Amino acid sequence: MDSERPALGRHERFRGDYPVVVEGLQNKFGKQVVHDNLDLTVRRREILGVVGGSGTGKSVLMRSIIGLQQPTEGNIEVFGRSITEAEPDENIGVRNRWGVLFQGGALFSTLTVGENVEVPLRQFYPEISPALRREIARYKVMLSGLPEEAANKFPSELSGGMRKRAGLARALALDPELLFLDEPTAGLDPIGADKFDRLTKELQDTLGLTVFLITHDLDTLYAICDRVAVLADKRVIAVGTIPELLETGHPWIEEYFNGPRGRAAQGTQTRAESKG
Amino acid sequence: MSEGAQFELESSESGAARLVLSGPYLVSTVGGIDTELRKLDHEVGEIDLSQVSEIDTAGAWIACRLATRLNAEITGANERASRLLKAIEGANSDAPLAAPRLPLRLRVPVEVGAKVYSARRGIFSVIAFLGQIVVAAGALIRHPGRFRPKALVHQLELVGVNALMIIGLMSFLIGIVIAQQGAVQLQQFGAETLTVNLVGRITLRELGVLMTAIMVAGRSGSAFAAQIGTMKLTEEIDAMRTIGINPIEALVIPRILACTFMMVLLGFYASVVAIIGGAVVGDLMLGIPFWTFLARIQEVVPPHDMWVGLIKAPVFGLIVALAGCYHGMQVSGNSEEVGRRTTMAVVSAIFAVIVIDAFFAVFFTEIGWG
Repeated sequence: MDSERPALGRHERFRGDYPVVVEGLQNKFGKQVVHDNLDLTVRRREILGVVGGSGTGKSVLMRSIIGLQQPTEGNIEVFGRSITEAEPDENIGVRNRWGVLFQGGALFSTLTVGENVEVPLRQFYPEISPALRREIARYKVMLSGLPEEAANKFPSELSGGMRKRAGLARALALDPELLFLDEPTAGLDPIGADKFDRLTKELQDTLGLTVFLITHDLDTLYAICDRVAVLADKRVIAVGTIPELLETGHPWIEEYFNGPRGRAAQGTQTRAESKG
Repeated sequence: MSEGAQFELESSESGAARLVLSGPYLVSTVGGIDTELRKLDHEVGEIDLSQVSEIDTAGAWIACRLATRLNAEITGANERASRLLKAIEGANSDAPLAAPRLPLRLRVPVEVGAKVYSARRGIFSVIAFLGQIVVAAGALIRHPGRFRPKALVHQLELVGVNALMIIGLMSFLIGIVIAQQGAVQLQQFGAETLTVNLVGRITLRELGVLMTAIMVAGRSGSAFAAQIGTMKLTEEIDAMRTIGINPIEALVIPRILACTFMMVLLGFYASVVAIIGGAVVGDLMLGIPFWTFLARIQEVVPPHDMWVGLIKAPVFGLIVALAGCYHGMQVSGNSEEVGRRTTMAVVSAIFAVIVIDAFFAVFFTEIGWG
């Protein structure tokens, strides 16, 4: 990638084709190598599903991209700016361009849902008046598909699915261009998971988001992902649409998508498509 | 391109003006202009978005809100803007964000009432907890095979052996402070040799055991509450019950026994180390040789002082363990509750220890062990 590309100005949206570029990433914990020479590019305005067995470092990859985990080697560029080389403070210009939904929601438990959404706004744009900030928080809560009265509830008063939505509302607080979702449908009932999938797709369409989606949920992969990246053997072994992945003939991919659960998800998907 | 969002009013013949928004309308740029747009109260018939270079939901929200308030029509929206406007329109809400709070005049009585009520419930649950322990202890006496010596030994190590270092250091320093400060005061009467009496009696009777109890409450009482509380949250306790293990037998009894027994040893150990600390000060500052100091202790400290300490120690240990286990078992809900209950365990244990200590002090003086 061209590293001479100027970084983004304060009010610009990213115009390049690849918001996230990971090159030669290596992550080591002690002697245990999690990633070795991992390459991955995320295209603008796609939903990229990231799959892999337990312990293949999906979350570590996400944490590396958003700068929570310093990789041992390799370069990561987000919006054309290197995350790995910059000092943590220098990344502030990038941080307000992405939103992250952590696995458990990671909501601040002492604040209400609405106040949770206000936190990033308060942090990055103190010039926004309290009135406007409250209004923004309110419509973000609504956009995330929560009922109106959820805004002044504490996270502990919400169900698991609602907490995920509240986390999404906070991730969307700054109108990010890039959204990271870490297993958003884990622990949701099938109806809730399906609704969350549709919400993700809808928001991606409306807001023009690029979505980096870690998931175990085969239904999610079939329903909303444009491409799927498969993590195995410490790197991304294949990226592409599901039919493309199946053509590679890799045994893990075969087992993953053609196992009983994979077939079931595929069946549901074909049925849904034929219906309309 | 000019930086920042701007707006301009264009009047037209038909009366209603045209509001032209220009520049980027993004969450990063609308902060300044929002206040001005809020003040706008002209009659506006049309809001023109065709000059807007960039727009996100915050910009769309502002346009949408203006249009509703001024009863105007939005024109010139490009594809992205109209998509955002449509999404925003459906998301309009005026729900409060802050948690509901009672008015001040009601908050105080309501809080007091809730406290009184929960205190009443607390008393009942403490009694129930003590009852469960008695029942479990009875069951263990009838079926000694169910007793878990391994768990007991493990707790003995955690509560006692692992605390030796910190309690020794603390007691040594307390001995030094008592001897040094006491000597300064006693010197005024030329009675610095009485420092021996002071150190020996106060550590054996009071401070050795009391400070140890406070330390054990902070180290082990809190650990009991946090461990049992976390096990409660992760449903380990429920799992035990379904397998037929009584959690009181398995978790609480070993901790209570370990804490009660170890407090006796730790309390005595603390007193001894404190006396050694005092003897070091006597040697260095008062010219009383180290071994003379220790020999004098045997002459001036009556044996019942040691018994006072040794009788109090298991009672304190029992209180600390009961408080820790009780609060651990009361945890329910979320992880915040574990922290709250752990704090309560330590605070209530230390408070109860000091209250009981006062009763003991009066009692032992009354029976002539003064």
